[in-house]
Amino acid sequence: MNQANLAIEITDLTIAYKEKPVLWDVDLEFPEGNLTAIVGPNGAGKTTLLKATLGLIPPSAGQVLVFGKPLRQQRRLVGYVPQRGSVDWDFPTSALDVVMMGRYGHLGWLRRPGKAERDLAMQALHSVGMQDFAGRQISQLSGGQQQRVFLARALAQDAAIYLMDEPFQGVDAVTERAILEMMRRLRDEGKTVIVVHHDLQSVPEYFDRAVLLNVRKIASGPVHEVFTDDNLRAAYGDRVTRLGAAALPQLEPESRAGLPVMGK
Amino acid sequence: MNLQDLFTALFFDYTLRTVALGSAVLGAVSGALGAFAVLRRQSLMGDAISHAALPGVVLAFLISGSKDILALGAGALFTAWLGTMAMVYIRRRTRIKEDTSLGLVLSVFFGVGMVLLTFTQRLPNAHQAGLDRFLFGQAAALLERDVVYMAVFGGGALLLLALLWKEFKLVSFDPEFATGLGLPVRALDVLLTTLLAVAIVLGLQAVGVVLMSAMVVAPAAAARQWTDRLGSMVLLSALFGAISGVAGTLVSSLAAGLSTGPTIVLVASFIVLLSILFAPARGLVPAALRRRAQASGALSQG
Repeated sequence: MNQANLAIEITDLTIAYKEKPVLWDVDLEFPEGNLTAIVGPNGAGKTTLLKATLGLIPPSAGQVLVFGKPLRQQRRLVGYVPQRGSVDWDFPTSALDVVMMGRYGHLGWLRRPGKAERDLAMQALHSVGMQDFAGRQISQLSGGQQQRVFLARALAQDAAIYLMDEPFQGVDAVTERAILEMMRRLRDEGKTVIVVHHDLQSVPEYFDRAVLLNVRKIASGPVHEVFTDDNLRAAYGDRVTRLGAAALPQLEPESRAGLPVMGK
Repeated sequence: MNLQDLFTALFFDYTLRTVALGSAVLGAVSGALGAFAVLRRQSLMGDAISHAALPGVVLAFLISGSKDILALGAGALFTAWLGTMAMVYIRRRTRIKEDTSLGLVLSVFFGVGMVLLTFTQRLPNAHQAGLDRFLFGQAAALLERDVVYMAVFGGGALLLLALLWKEFKLVSFDPEFATGLGLPVRALDVLLTTLLAVAIVLGLQAVGVVLMSAMVVAPAAAARQWTDRLGSMVLLSALFGAISGVAGTLVSSLAAGLSTGPTIVLVASFIVLLSILFAPARGLVPAALRRRAQASGALSQG
């Protein structure tokens, strides 16, 4: 794999809050055009890894390169879907308005969003099945619909890399399918999608690659290489080895070859 | 004075017209910027900022020896801004929680201000100073010159608000996403809070440090009840602020000894009360009526 098709390259990343390390000496490479899950137990530093990649948290050490250059020069290439709970949904604004915020980086200072931005935002709402809710005040949307508005906003950013923080958290089945379709479409267009994910069971079905994280990087690579009993035990401890064996029967060595993702 | 005389006076009486105009300007500016403060959960910050302005007013008088409104205003803005930065610093660098830092800044700055004020009032030219009007406000003391300054600085603050509208909106709604886009979120945060401090200082002479935060919070809280759009909320909040300013000034002019500040604030509070009760979508009364209609509808169907 040469340097050119690495969407994100993280080296020696360490982050500590009040001297307690949350991420310790993490090296990661995300090749372009893949759908990657970041998994690990609670407190493993998954969200921190995502925020550090976006430059929202200053690292204690280490660096993040986006297509070989520092993040600061490449911000426009990185789209972001924060956790739904990170904002006040009673803010007086509409779904369409939130999606148009995805265009603010392209617009630059002093320019107001106009018809072009409105059209792009409507298109983005359309692709997550939310076109009928454009004018709706955002607190009047269900949790899944709010999540899709956030996804549409990221789509409107028209980025090359998408970072998503638990997009499947607490959403309905329709939204889950819409998110999955959107992620696959982005991947098929050659974009890089990196998702913090909490449901181990769906990882082999949904993702090409996985990063197992517990403060340190345990493993990263294609899902079938990462999801071994040894790696899962290293990340989750004995508790989840049992869970892993029960919940992920398809990861038993003998049945592994039958996984649908293997075919890729 | 009956109502008709009052309105005649509003347009033709020089003093009353000046005072009402000044109150309208301060209400509109603090209403517009207060909308952002309320949405950013900084309602109490307005209170700390206005109290932190008091030592600046007195210091400016002690240093310049005059009660020139520009000097006093500059002093007020300086210590108000210092108090704001102290709050930000305490929140970022220590383990003290935000509400505690607000309480600390408010009481320390106000305490220093009161000590300076009582000290100053013992000085020979104390009575001419009349600095104690900054406690509860005295709109009647507004001169045409003061109103011109208020309009210039308030207009400047509103112009900046309009120019950076989409940035302020995004920083208020989702600061993390704004950082991800590469916006200088901290600088925008400081700028927006500074504009709030400007709005508060503009109102100190008429409303006073003790109650000025009500002009930040009340019109915005009322406006939020009526609309689900940021633009209309800010406009409505400015309108409610201006109405409170003018109405409060008129009412306080009816009787001698009625301080303008408290009267303006009472009018604003009345608008809040009406809005909480009767706003169509969010009001308590329409909600109760809807519930009742639903219940009877269910009954007649069943």
